Formats: sequence, C-alpha cells, structure tokens
Amino acid sequence: MKKTQKKLNIGWLKFTCSGDSSIMFIEMMNTKWKEWSNLLSIRFFPLLKAKNSLRNIDVLFVEGAISTKKEEKLLKDARKKCKKLVAVGSCAVYGNPSNQRNFFDEKTKKEIEPILKRFNHREKVSPISEIVKVDDNVPGCPMDENEFLRVLNKYLKEFGVVKDA
Amino acid sequence: MHKGLDISLKNISKIEGSASLDIKIRNNNVKNIKLKVTESKRFYTQAIRNKNCLNVHQIVSRICGTCSIAHLICCIEAVEKALGIKPSEQTILLRKLAMYGTIIRDHALHLYFFVLPDIFDIDSILDIENIKIIEQAFKVKAAGNALSTVIGGRAVHPQYINVAHFSKIPTKDELKSVVNQLKSVREDVLDLIEILYKCDFNFTKEKNYVALITEDFSFLEGYIKSIDGTRIEEENFWNYLNRIVIPYSQATGFQFEGREYMVGALARMNLNKEALHKETKRDVEKYLKIFPSNNVYHNNLAQAIEILHSIDHSIEIIESREFKEENKPEIKIKAGEGVGVIEAPRGTLYYMLSINNEGKINYGNIVIPTAQNQIMMEKDIKDLVTQMLNESKHKIVHEIEKLIRAYDPCMSCASHFLKVRWL
Repeated sequence: MKKTQKKLNIGWLKFTCSGDSSIMFIEMMNTKWKEWSNLLSIRFFPLLKAKNSLRNIDVLFVEGAISTKKEEKLLKDARKKCKKLVAVGSCAVYGNPSNQRNFFDEKTKKEIEPILKRFNHREKVSPISEIVKVDDNVPGCPMDENEFLRVLNKYLKEFGVVKDA
Repeated sequence: MHKGLDISLKNISKIEGSASLDIKIRNNNVKNIKLKVTESKRFYTQAIRNKNCLNVHQIVSRICGTCSIAHLICCIEAVEKALGIKPSEQTILLRKLAMYGTIIRDHALHLYFFVLPDIFDIDSILDIENIKIIEQAFKVKAAGNALSTVIGGRAVHPQYINVAHFSKIPTKDELKSVVNQLKSVREDVLDLIEILYKCDFNFTKEKNYVALITEDFSFLEGYIKSIDGTRIEEENFWNYLNRIVIPYSQATGFQFEGREYMVGALARMNLNKEALHKETKRDVEKYLKIFPSNNVYHNNLAQAIEILHSIDHSIEIIESREFKEENKPEIKIKAGEGVGVIEAPRGTLYYMLSINNEGKINYGNIVIPTAQNQIMMEKDIKDLVTQMLNESKHKIVHEIEKLIRAYDPCMSCASHFLKVRWL
C-alpha cells in the first residue's frame, strides 16, 4: 500500500449502548496509532476530544441503537453530513442488547412507561439500518476488530488515502 | 459579577458516556445546577429478571464497555453468595488479576486521555507535542489490556470468568509474557504519577468518603468503611443508603447515612493506603503523604498510584504460584439472596440478586459508583461556580469540565438503572 497526501475524515457517534466498541477502537490504537495518525483525521469523537465537528466527514462510524426521538433526529442529521455511514457493534447493527425493552412482557412495559414518556423515548429501540441507509456493518459485542480493519481499509482505498503500490 | 447568566453544556466531552449541565446565575447567586445523565436507559434491572443466574453475568457485563469486568465479577459474587458457593483460592486470585487488568486500562484511559489534555491545555492527547507521553499512554493501556485478556479471554466482556470457576486457565508462557509487559511499563507509570503530583489543580472541600476496605488493596473482598468511622459488612451496605430521585437525570443519586459522599480512588487512598503493595509504597512514599486529601483533583493522583499497585501485586501473584486446571465445583441451584460488593475503578459497586428455586433471577438491585457520586459532584460544581462569579463564562465552563473529569464519571453505568416510583 502507498500513502497519498490525503487523510480520511472520520467521526464516531455513540447512541444507546455500553460504549464497548469505542473502547475497542481506542485499544486498537495501542498498536495502530502511529499508522492511523498519518491516515485518519478524527473530526468527531467526544470521548477523545472537546472540539468536534460533523462537517466534511467521509466515514461516520455509528455505535449503539436508537431509543429516543432525539437520537433519531441526530442520526438523520448526521447521515446527511457524511459520505459513508458504518454501523459498529451489536446494538447498532442488530439493536440488541440495548433493545431488551422491546421484548418485555406487558406488566414490565407498564412499569417502565413513565420513564419512556419523561425522556421522550421511541415506541421501540431500533438498529441504525431501520432509520437511515447503512453502507457497512461491523457486528460483534464488542465489535470484531478484524472486520473493523477490513471496512476501514476498504474506505482508505475508496477515498484515495492509500493506493495499491 | 454576573447579574444574569445561563450556562448550558450540552455534551460534556472526554468522559465515559453522555451528560449535560445547566446552570442558572441570578444577581450573582447560583440559583440552579442540574447535572443530567443523558445516556438513554437500557433497563437492565428489568432485563435480568427470569434469566438463568449462571449466565446473568454476561448480560450485566454489557452495562458498561469500560468496566465490564467489574460488573461481571460483582454479579458473580452475588450469585455465589445466594447459592452458597465458595470459590477456590485460585479462582479468587485470577479474579484479582482480571480486576487489576481493568484498573490499569481504565485508569490509564481516564488519566492520559481525559485528564492530561487539561493539564497540558490541549484539545486531545493525540495533539500533544511530547510524543513520549502518548507512547507511554498506549503502552500502559496495552499492558492492562494484555493482563485482562490473558486471564479473562478478552479485555471487554471476557468469556472465561464464570460462576465458581474459570473456563480456561492461563498458560505459563502467557503469564510470563504479561509479567514482562507489566514490568516494562512500571517506569512509565512513575512518570505519570510525577506529572499528577506536580499538577496544581485544587478544589478542596471536606467530604465523606466511602470504600470497600480490602487487606491487600485488591478491590474484591473486605468490609465497607466511611471516613466518619462507620464500618459495615458488605451485605448491609444497602441499609445505609438513601436513594435520591433526580427527576431531570436518567440516573438516580444516593446518600450514605443521610449525607452526600464520594467513592472512587480518592476514597480508597484516604481510607486504605496502608494496604498498598510494599513495592508501590516504597516507590511512592513521597506522594502518599498527600493522603488523606480533600482536594478532588487528587483522585487523579490516587488512580495513578493504583495503576502502580495493580502492576506490583499482579507481578507478585503471578511469580509466586502456579495456576493449574481445576475441577469445576458442583453447583446446586436453590432459592436465595446474595450480595456482591467490589471496588470498581470508579468506586464501590453493589449487586443484590434474588434467585428462585429454578435458578432464575427474581429481581436485582444494582448501585453503581457514578450514581453514588452524582449528588456530591453537583454540590461541588455549585461551590466551584460560587467561587468563580467574577470570572468569565469561558473560564467557569473550563473549570467545571475539569472538575467533572476529576470524578471520572461513567454515564453508561449510571443510566442502566431504573426506579420508577419517583412520579
């Protein structure tokens, strides 16, 4: 692979989940950070930095399921601002385990109803693909590292950041 | 002077999970402070009902991506107490090692990635000019990660840690390799301790501290103690807590014996520094003199010292014994209640589980560290803002964010929880 002058502008957006895939990404940096510092420009990642912008994002990685109307709106807005969107981790790809409440019995649903109303939750918790177009998926709880690297490498080539030597 | 000022921090960065803060200042008085956990609830206390008690630790592990091992081990302890199971000495030692891996990695993430940018006045650790520090950050984190992975199978949601046993025992070669990795970062951790010791951030206020007191500072077994002198057994902890409804937050707050309190590394250091490993005490003697301390920023220094202790005690455990395959103990399912209490990276973690005679969970009660700190954090923010009324809005916001980061809150954990009867 040959490096070009460009960097891939990436963002990392977290919704309803444990945040384990964010942690995996940062753990992958233990060995990859030097390589990635030449390839990636991290534009949006509130866990890592204070100044964040969703403008000009090439690839947005989205972690977590969508459980509130506010999250749904933010996801739709973010989709418009990025060129590619990748769902990362089981909650984003399949909805679970953050969608546990979808499967509660009627009694338990009644019990949690006040919370759902107070914090403007949606009727059900959804994976990302039920709300916006998803270009790639990286499943796993936490995300599968090799699959993440495969998807990342694909976009590094697609956006002309690296070229076959 | 601020006659009328509203501060609204929508998304506080460099903390685990999401939170926001609203402050109202009128006629130079702080009228209102609302620290809101904005993570959406995932209803784990409901989701674990009717689940098999021998598998439930894998469900609650998903409460938190960063301290999953703490949730998993605390849950297992509660199940074992309910079923009357006594794990082997080797199982307990392996759990201690898994916890040490978590402490190293979790504290390193907080200190290098969230705290150091404030000290060096940069946006992100990735922007730091001194490359040596970022190399150290990743090296230390990787050592903790390696320890948890060798012991538990992986560092996040590990699969080898089970009720009463480990499904795989680490090999000699794996342990030798991880000891070498731990030894190689010891000097790096001492550099970090020195940076945090020299840091002049100061917010000092007398407060109550609560922690699980362990004989070997291993985060797992002991009794609960407060700085006021209260000493209680693990199973009675709940009787000393008052749950406080915070209607604007997706988390619940707690008081201990009717007043706000702080849990975490600063509490542990204030209450139990004598129990640190002898090698750690030898090398951090100068820094330990600071404790007991009421400066909340010393929570950062305390965490760095805990990284060193976790390294030193792990090396001693691994080098002083052999780990062998053990027979899985017989588990007899019966109805009962069990309490698990451990020190998670951010403070005391409590699990109470009720199990029916089929081995299914009737109900569970989980108290996590950030929920216990929430009221104290809010009060500290109010006092801080009151002291800064002559400062600019920009400076006030900056200092608030620093203070919140010193508490090292974990909003993913804080919001797992539900108590509906506050309406």
